[in-house]
Amino acid sequence: MIQLRYFASLRESLGIGEEQIELPDGIHDLGALTHWLQNRDTNWESALADRRLHVAVNQEIVNADARIMDGDEVAWFPPVTGG
Amino acid sequence: MIRVQTDDFDPGNELEQLRSRSAGQAGAIVSFTGLVRDLNAGESVSQMTLEHYPGMTEKALAKIEQAASEQWDLTATLIIHRVGLLAPNDHIVFVAAASPHRKQAFRACEYMIDYLKTQAPFWKKETLQDGTRWVEPDVSV
Repeated sequence: MIQLRYFASLRESLGIGEEQIELPDGIHDLGALTHWLQNRDTNWESALADRRLHVAVNQEIVNADARIMDGDEVAWFPPVTGG
Repeated sequence: MIRVQTDDFDPGNELEQLRSRSAGQAGAIVSFTGLVRDLNAGESVSQMTLEHYPGMTEKALAKIEQAASEQWDLTATLIIHRVGLLAPNDHIVFVAAASPHRKQAFRACEYMIDYLKTQAPFWKKETLQDGTRWVEPDVSV
């Protein structure tokens, strides 16, 4: 299983904050996982196409080529605005 | 020391605790207090909601403190960030650095708040008169 999390405006666009899924067959990196999620429907396709989104794997910011393994926590979110 | 909390904090009390923790070694404490404004981008703001990523937030703030401590001679540091529902004039964030020397304290404090604004996973949502909006990142920082 992998834990997926979505925050702020992205969470609202997708209508979901977190979910657990089985790591899909053949998916080994973040780019492929994002693409797999985008295939769910046009809403997911457009929401995750935003190039400003950041992604964290196990709570560390990563690039699109980051490897994804069973047990990972992967989070997508817009640019941060704290402080 | 870092804290992420819904409760308010008292900046004066926090400064006194920082002074105690420095136990005579600090010659200066510089702090920054961030507040909720009642106006942003030309619209009046009645409430603000702070969302965060529990777990990653604490890690990010600890990393910011660590990075400051490696660059400057600091006797104590503190980062407090509130989450949840806030009103205009409420405290949002408190960042402080204690050091033997004032310049180090100034630089460390500015570094920590600047770094926090771009690296820590918090998101602000404003309630306006006619709805809500997510705050856009400040590209002028």
